[in-house]
Amino acid sequence: MEQLLRNILDHDIFVYGVMAIVPLVWIIPYALVVIYLERKVSAHMQDRLGPMRTGGWHGWAQTIADMLKLLQKEDIIPSAADRKLHTLAPYLMFIGAYTVYAVIPFSSSYVGSNINIGLFYIIAVSSITVVAILMAGWSSNNKWSLFGAMRSVAQIVSYEIPTVLAILAVVMIAGTLNLQEINQMQTGWFWNWFIFKKFPFIFVAFVIYFVASLAETNRTPFDIPEAESELVAGYITEYSGMKFAMFMLAEFVNMFAVSAIAATIFFGGWNSPFGGFLSGPIWGVFWFLTKGMFFVFIQMWLRWTLPRLRVDQLMYVSWKVLTPWAFACIIGVGLWMML
Amino acid sequence: MRQYFRDIFQSIWTVLIGMKVTFGHLFVPAVTIQYPDVKIKLPERARNRLYVNMDDCIGCKQCEMACPVDCIEIETVKSLPTDDLGTTSSGQKKKLWVTKFDIDIAKCCYCALCVYPCPTECIYMTEVYEFSEFDRNNLIYNYITLTSEEIKNIKTKTSEYEKEQAAKKAAATPKPSAQTSDKTT
Repeated sequence: MEQLLRNILDHDIFVYGVMAIVPLVWIIPYALVVIYLERKVSAHMQDRLGPMRTGGWHGWAQTIADMLKLLQKEDIIPSAADRKLHTLAPYLMFIGAYTVYAVIPFSSSYVGSNINIGLFYIIAVSSITVVAILMAGWSSNNKWSLFGAMRSVAQIVSYEIPTVLAILAVVMIAGTLNLQEINQMQTGWFWNWFIFKKFPFIFVAFVIYFVASLAETNRTPFDIPEAESELVAGYITEYSGMKFAMFMLAEFVNMFAVSAIAATIFFGGWNSPFGGFLSGPIWGVFWFLTKGMFFVFIQMWLRWTLPRLRVDQLMYVSWKVLTPWAFACIIGVGLWMML
Repeated sequence: MRQYFRDIFQSIWTVLIGMKVTFGHLFVPAVTIQYPDVKIKLPERARNRLYVNMDDCIGCKQCEMACPVDCIEIETVKSLPTDDLGTTSSGQKKKLWVTKFDIDIAKCCYCALCVYPCPTECIYMTEVYEFSEFDRNNLIYNYITLTSEEIKNIKTKTSEYEKEQAAKKAAATPKPSAQTSDKTT
């Protein structure tokens, strides 16, 4: 795709600009759809109907209406807040979420930046989110915001370790950090996917990665940073209007990012599950997005299944369960490869 | 150590059970009733908005007396012997002009105590329950079928007739008895 763009556009800057915007073309409609979907899934899991009126057919325009409402809302900044940081935080949050897409291969012929340290890059830039959250919580000058931010940072920092270790187990069998190369290794039928390699170690690694990614995106059952019943909305308590929308968008973008990474490194990314059937660059996009959306659905499914964890339980899960098991996976994979 | 593994196994197992339950509910028909489009059938003796069928009302004021919150206001005027007010649907002859029949539905407590004493069964509960208003005064329901002009006519006629009758009475009786009648009052 980069080569094609180079042929059409004469300057490098335009090429990079277009390459950078392509994921956004997916993210914006995705956010509109997934917020609607989240409502519908949650409603039907509770035997309700969800939005049914806006736009006519099953309330399809609900998210658009909400977005327009948020655009019109007054942007309130608390007088005691740190104005600059308060304004900057939501955008930094979105930047942190969006930069991850730079290395996610949407198709065999499109990846924002085909760098050799793709996975390492993802782990590195996803820490920007931590800074944004702490910035939002601290600058709001609100006890709930600060509590939420502190919990969130503690949680994300703790859960980064099992995430990285689980990814490391995959990297060990792949022998590369480049996501495009990891995808190419899984070409063929679905039994070539890494999830079925070195059974059951990679499968356990996947479970660990998925649980930890839930915590990293602050999704239920690990949503103690924005626990509605105790902290109002955590670090986004003092935000309104488009800044609030930015946080929500960043959350949904993060949701898809972790799902996409799970799909890429464990489930073959853009590879068709049936060998040559429906494969190719265009169908690759379809398979990749389908897999990603499937994991987004599982995240929603879990959200409406499980209650919120307590803070100490959260730390217990991270440090006493996920981390040792991730280590066990690495050792298991390592021994298997040695023998 | 054993407890540790059992905890992990149990947490995963129970999460899977929970997911099975919620996934099942995804396909259970929703219990939501799409209210303004779909309405539940009301119970047989549901008490909602009152209605008065003025054709049958004989102005006996029994509902007014029965009302515990005094939300019904009735005013009647005696009809002239020459007037024919017609009959109720049960064949009872109407003798009074009902010149005012107001129900302040904002006060109404939906006890239906006014419904039972009505001899002609002309006041009853309907199935209407959506009658919110922006102005409270709109909740005072006026059930009168006569126009204000008609009411005026009736009132003047009746007062004239009463004066006439009084004059006739005064003319018919001698003066001393009139004095005694004054004393008794």
